[in-house]
Amino acid sequence: MDIITCQNVVKKFNDFTALDNVSISVPKGKIFGLLGPNGAGKTTLIRIMNQITLPDSGEVLFNGVKLQRDDISYIGYLPEERGLYKKMKVGDQALYLARLKGLSKEEATRELKHWFIKFGIQAWWNKKVEELSKGMAQKVQFICTILHKPSLLILDEPFSGFDPVNVQLVRNEILQMKDAGTSVILSTHNMESVEELCDNIALINKAKLIITGELDQIRRDHGKNEVEVIYRSSAPYAFAGSDLISLVNQEETKRGYRAILEVKKDACSSEILRSLVSEVDILSYRELIPRMNDIFIKLVS
Amino acid sequence: MKTNKLFLIISREFLIRVKKRSFIIMTILTPLLFAALIVMPSLIMTLSSGNKGQQILVVDRSELCQPFFENTEEYTYSFDKNADIESIKKDFPDDLYAMFNVSVSTISTKQMNIDTKKQIERNVQKAMEKSKLERYNIDNLDNILKDIRTDVSVKTFTLSDSGEEKEGMVELYMGIAYILSFMIYMFIFMFGSMVMRGVIEEKTTRIVEVIVSSVKPFELMLGKILGVGSVALLQFLIWIVLTGGIIFGAQAIMGADKLAESNELVQQMAAGQSATDAIMPLTAESTPIDNIMASLANVPIARILTAFILYFLLGYLLYAALFSAVGSAVDNEADTQQLILPVTLPLIIGLFIMIHTFQYPDSSLSFWGSMIPFTSPMVMMARVPFGVPAWELALSLALLIGTFIFMTFVSAKIYRVGILMYGKKANWKDLIKWLKY
Repeated sequence: MDIITCQNVVKKFNDFTALDNVSISVPKGKIFGLLGPNGAGKTTLIRIMNQITLPDSGEVLFNGVKLQRDDISYIGYLPEERGLYKKMKVGDQALYLARLKGLSKEEATRELKHWFIKFGIQAWWNKKVEELSKGMAQKVQFICTILHKPSLLILDEPFSGFDPVNVQLVRNEILQMKDAGTSVILSTHNMESVEELCDNIALINKAKLIITGELDQIRRDHGKNEVEVIYRSSAPYAFAGSDLISLVNQEETKRGYRAILEVKKDACSSEILRSLVSEVDILSYRELIPRMNDIFIKLVS
Repeated sequence: MKTNKLFLIISREFLIRVKKRSFIIMTILTPLLFAALIVMPSLIMTLSSGNKGQQILVVDRSELCQPFFENTEEYTYSFDKNADIESIKKDFPDDLYAMFNVSVSTISTKQMNIDTKKQIERNVQKAMEKSKLERYNIDNLDNILKDIRTDVSVKTFTLSDSGEEKEGMVELYMGIAYILSFMIYMFIFMFGSMVMRGVIEEKTTRIVEVIVSSVKPFELMLGKILGVGSVALLQFLIWIVLTGGIIFGAQAIMGADKLAESNELVQQMAAGQSATDAIMPLTAESTPIDNIMASLANVPIARILTAFILYFLLGYLLYAALFSAVGSAVDNEADTQQLILPVTLPLIIGLFIMIHTFQYPDSSLSFWGSMIPFTSPMVMMARVPFGVPAWELALSLALLIGTFIFMTFVSAKIYRVGILMYGKKANWKDLIKWLKY
C-alpha cells in the first residue's frame, strides 16, 4: 500500500517546465529518498504534494484517494527554506503553528511540553526566536513539523544547520517515527544519509523522473557485478578454476592480495566461495555495490 | 475548521501588533496631539491672561476716550490728563502694567500682549469715531447709529430632494470633510504599508512556506489584511474616545465660555488665511461653539460616520491587497521602491483631488474622483459632509466593492507565487506573468 502516489504530474511555469510527466509512489512505513540536482523540480513536486501549488495535469493520490484539502493535517512538512517569526516567543510560535495544523490549544500545549522536554529545550519556551542560534531554531522547527503526528513526513534537507550531535538526534527521531509506522519523504543532497536511511528512492533530473525503486536494487543494478576478494598467499592466484568468475584486477597490499573479480550474473556467492576456499586462504569477500554518490553523478551527468 | 484557521491568523496578526509598545504609545499620544490642537488656543489664553487687576495709566489730554475704557477683570484703567510722560518713563512704577498716551503709543516695560493692544485700539477708535461724528452736529445721532447697526451672518441652507430646507454651515462641513478624508488617506497608507511589511517579514524569515503548508496562501493573505484592519479600527476607536474625552475634560475645567471665546480669537486671527490652508480645520472648529452645536444638530452624523467606516474599510481592503501583492514580490523592504509606485500614485492623486474637493465638492473632477475606486474613498469622504445624492453614493460604493473583490483576487494570484520566489528581483512584467501560473 502506498501512502502517496503522483501520477503523470506536469507543472509548467510559462515556458519553463518544472515537472514533466513525473510518477512516483511512496510506500507506507518506509523512508523514501527524493533525489536530484538543484533546480531539478524536487521542491515543486514536494509543494504539489503539500497542495501549495497545483499541478497542470496529473493526479496525486493520498492513501489511494485523490488528495483532499483536509489531508494536510496528516502531512508534516519541513521546507528547505524555513524560518520562524523573529519577534515571537518560541512557545507561542510553536503553539500557533500546531494550531494551524488543526490541533486544539490544550493538545498542542501538552504535546509541545513533551517534545521540549525530550529535546532538552524547556528553557526556551519564553525566549524570542531572534535570541536563538540557527541550530536551536532548527530544533524548534523540527518539533513543529512532527508535533501533530503526521502519517506522512516530508523533510527537505532536514540535517542542514545541525551539528553532528543534533544530526544524530534528528536521525534517531526519524527512524523511531518510521518504526511507529510513519512514512517519510526525505529530500537531501547528502548521499550518506540516503544510503543509511532510505528504503526507496526516486531521482529527478531536468523535470524528468530518471529512476525510482528500492534503493538496494538500484545500487545493485548499477554495479558491475563485481566482488572484492582479499586473500593470503605467497604468489598471486590466477582465478582461472571457475567459469563463474573472471579476474579484473589484482594487486598486493599489506594484508595480502586484493583481487577484483567479475561475477557471472545470477551466480551464487556460496558457490563462488566454495570454488575458492580450496585454492586460497580468504581473508575477506565483499560484494562491490556502487555508492549512491557515484550513481547520482553517473545518472545526472 | 477553515474559518477557525483564518481566525487564528487574524488574532495572531492583531495581537502581535496591539501588544507592541509602539502601538500603545501611538494610540495614546495621537489623541493628545489632536486634543492639543483644539484645546491649545484656549489653554494659551487661560495661561496668558493669568495676571489679573493690572494697572494701565491712560494719559488722555483730550479726555475724549475716558468713557470708552471700562475696567475689566484683567485691567484697571486710571486716568491722568496732566501726567508727565517723561518722568513716568524715567521711573516706571512697579505696580503699573502700562501707561497709555492717547497720542497713540503705549509705553510699558514688557512687551504688551496682542489682546491688550487690540482692546486699546478698539476703545480709542470708538472714541475717535464718536467725537468725529459729533462734529457733524446731527440730531438724534445715537438713535440713528443704533438704527444703522446691523449684524450680518449668512446662513446656508441646502434643499433636499423632498424640498426640505436644512440649515448648514459651510465651514463646519469643510472641517469635517477635511479631517475625515485626510484620516482615510493616512490610515490607508499607514496600515497598507503595515500589511506590506508583514508580508515581507514572513518572506525574509522564511516562515511563509511552513505556514502555507497548513493554510492556503489566500487565507494567510486575507488573515493578515483583516488582522491589521482590526488593529486600525481599534486604534481609530480609541482615538475618537480619547480625543473626545480630553476635549470635553478640558472644556469642563476651563469652562465652555472660555473655549468659545478663545476660538473666536483664533477665528479672527485665521480670517486672513486662505481657506485651503492647513489652518482650515481650525477655523472650522473655531466658529463659535453654540453655532457649531446648532449646526451639528443638522449634520447627518450617522450618515457621515457610516460612510467613513465603509469607505475606510473598503479603501483599506482594496489597497491592502495591492500592498500585500507588492510585499510578496520582494525579498526586503528596500526593493519595494520600484514596485510600490503604481500603488501609491493613485493614492496621492486621490489626495490632490481631495484637496480640490473641499472647495468644489460638486465639480466634475470631484465627481469622477469619487467614482473611480482608487480615489473614491478619499474624494467621496470629502464630499459626503456637503451632501451627496444617494445614487452617487450607491454607485461609488458598488464600484469600490467590485474593484476590491477583483483586485483581491488578482493580488492573491500574485501573492501565491510571489511568497515562494526568492532571489530574483521581480518587476511588474513578472508579476503579470505570475497571474498565469
